[in-house]
Amino acid sequence: MSMTADPVAIFRTEANELLERIEQSLLDLSVRPDDMAILNDTFRSLHTLKGSGAMFGFDALAAFTHHCENAFDRIRKGEIPATEDLISVVLSAKDHMRALIEGTADLAHGQDLLKQLEREVAKASGAAAPAEKAADPRVTWRVRFRLPHNALVNGSNPLALLAEMRELGDVTVVADTSAIPPLDTIAPTECHLGWTVEIVTDKPRSAIEDVFIFVIDDMELSIEQVGGETAAPAADAAAPVAAAATENAAPQQRPAGEPAPANPTAATAAPAGESVRVPAERLDELMDRVGELVIAQSRLSQIAASSLDLNLRAVSEDIERLSNELRNTMMVLRMVPVGTLFGRFRRLVHDLSRETGKSISLTTEGEATEVDKTVVERLADPLVHLVRNAVDHGLETPEQRQAAGKSETGQVRLSARQAGGEVVISISDDGRGIDKNRVREKAESQGLIMPGAQMSEPEILQLIFQPGFSTAAQITNLSGRGVGMDVVKRTVEALRGSIDIKTNMGHGSDISLRIPLTLAIIDGLLVRVGNGRYVIPLSAVEECLELSVEEDLRSRGRSFLSVRDALVPFLRLREVFATGTEPDRYQKVVVVSTGSERVGLVVDQIIGDHQTVIKAMSKLHEDIAMFSGATILGDGSVALILDVPHLVAVGQSQEAQLRAAG
Amino acid sequence: MTATILTVDDSASLRVAIKIALTTAGYAVDEAGDGAEGLQKATGGSFDLIITDLNMPVMDGLTMIESMRKVPKLAGVPIIFLTTESDAGMKQRAKSAGATGWVTKPFQPDSLVKIVKKVLGK
Repeated sequence: MSMTADPVAIFRTEANELLERIEQSLLDLSVRPDDMAILNDTFRSLHTLKGSGAMFGFDALAAFTHHCENAFDRIRKGEIPATEDLISVVLSAKDHMRALIEGTADLAHGQDLLKQLEREVAKASGAAAPAEKAADPRVTWRVRFRLPHNALVNGSNPLALLAEMRELGDVTVVADTSAIPPLDTIAPTECHLGWTVEIVTDKPRSAIEDVFIFVIDDMELSIEQVGGETAAPAADAAAPVAAAATENAAPQQRPAGEPAPANPTAATAAPAGESVRVPAERLDELMDRVGELVIAQSRLSQIAASSLDLNLRAVSEDIERLSNELRNTMMVLRMVPVGTLFGRFRRLVHDLSRETGKSISLTTEGEATEVDKTVVERLADPLVHLVRNAVDHGLETPEQRQAAGKSETGQVRLSARQAGGEVVISISDDGRGIDKNRVREKAESQGLIMPGAQMSEPEILQLIFQPGFSTAAQITNLSGRGVGMDVVKRTVEALRGSIDIKTNMGHGSDISLRIPLTLAIIDGLLVRVGNGRYVIPLSAVEECLELSVEEDLRSRGRSFLSVRDALVPFLRLREVFATGTEPDRYQKVVVVSTGSERVGLVVDQIIGDHQTVIKAMSKLHEDIAMFSGATILGDGSVALILDVPHLVAVGQSQEAQLRAAG
Repeated sequence: MTATILTVDDSASLRVAIKIALTTAGYAVDEAGDGAEGLQKATGGSFDLIITDLNMPVMDGLTMIESMRKVPKLAGVPIIFLTTESDAGMKQRAKSAGATGWVTKPFQPDSLVKIVKKVLGK
């Protein structure tokens, strides 16, 4: 299940959705300009667009959107009314934002929009509009227009309009004859011609619009500035509007202070509807159905396999293929690569580095790990907080690092991996680590714990998640953000996840968020141990080996196997699960890893790969640490999914114990 | 070639104001006091442009414009109506009836002439 993990591409999708939303809100506002909910929503969307734009290096977009956001902030605070003009400027601005994202923006046009916005805000606040700057150089406008079909009957004279445009400056007129019907069907009273007029003029755009004042509401009209000041007239007046957009793709530097174009026209509008928002519950429902379908299909396959009816087999194979495809599609629907989250942190770390004067290198890992979309959305803020914490409190200043014998550049590492039914997102740094004594003192002084209470190290570390807990240094940069460690914990717990903290004084900390993927489908390796069947997440499997009888005997009483000259601790699952059965003659070893740590799992038989719909364990069973979930096999029986990180930990500690004993 | 303009208004003072502005600019002007008279004069005569009020006795301006557009010889003759800024809805209705453009009341003689020139193409 691979999706592109390019965060910029994902940002584009997000941004498009935001822009759609902004447009809808603005249109709603023009009907109900006082609706606070819409105002707030518009503001939020603009705010988000600005924020994530900056994260992904769309600085021009962020800067531009900032102005619109400011305007809406004032509207929402009731300082200025949402006038119709103001809304329409922001609508045009929205189109420009899209162009900025797509890289087709005309910078001068953006300047114009900002001036227009400034004027409308000033107008709305009752102040005098800032004066139009004088001494405009001559600018080339391309005007495309087509009159309403009854224009001639109603007394409008296209020749008069063209004559009027000639008065504005040097004009080149090209008629568009493409819409003229065959002679026998021609209605002489109707206007079949369109025109493209290029005007080189020092007059503002509004002067051109004035020409069309009586027909502007009913006609097709686009007025756009042409890149060069004396560009050649359009050779093909009937060229599609898209062509006009491309011509603007290479904006030229032009002095600011152009007249304000009111209407960026359809040329800059990108096709809408490329993504659809669907309530998550509907996807859940669909997922359940697909899961059930897969189970039913497996049963069908089994029946077909034992049948001699060739037609039945053919149909069964078709259904198997289709349901596999359906499952794959379903899987991709809800999951987004965690890279969407990580992408934003490059920018954040860059800024933090400047803010704090610390030299920081950010490494990310496992961007392709896919996470439920809601998880990505909800984890964004907590992760920002954790990364800020790592930089603010974890990393030392370059001088301190040098004194401690570390490289001047602090490391912050973001990683994600799937571990069974969980995704683990870790934020680690190589900074000074968390001072447990200080945490303890603080907690005692705040009355969170009894002085001198017996507490384990993890318990002490968990204290930092207490509401209201903060060490003095923590107030600086983070205050006012409204997100504390307690919020981080609450968010993670709301996702039914957990937080592990590991810290090593002087060497850094590692905070891991473990978020269950109750909805995920994973590729698993189906194995048999005794009479039971189990699923090992394929992502954790490194290799499968045969355990020869000799090796089996040799390894008895030992805690590790020799796998190609490397020692790997192992667990005999038959013993762990106390199956009470005789081992198969040829046992297999499945080597699983959680990144650095490896462990071999001895199983009786490897059945094959198995795509698995993970079902959460019932409340009664969820404390059994060996398993992270369950799945239903084709014959309707249940197979448990092994919790690889837990088994690796058990294997490693067993080895340590045996080592200590022997 | 002097363009001839028909001005239709029930207010005599306004008709005079329009006439002065237009004749000063060099146009020939004929007058009508209500929509019915306007329609009759327009059908019988030969005008390059018609300027009309909308709110008039006997036949209002909208009805007059609609009727004029049904007369073949009047199709295509520019019709300008007089309207006030406060009556935005009227603009659209008059345009739907077949009007070419409008002049907002109260108007300066200059702006009236400008619009006449605009519609006539000088």
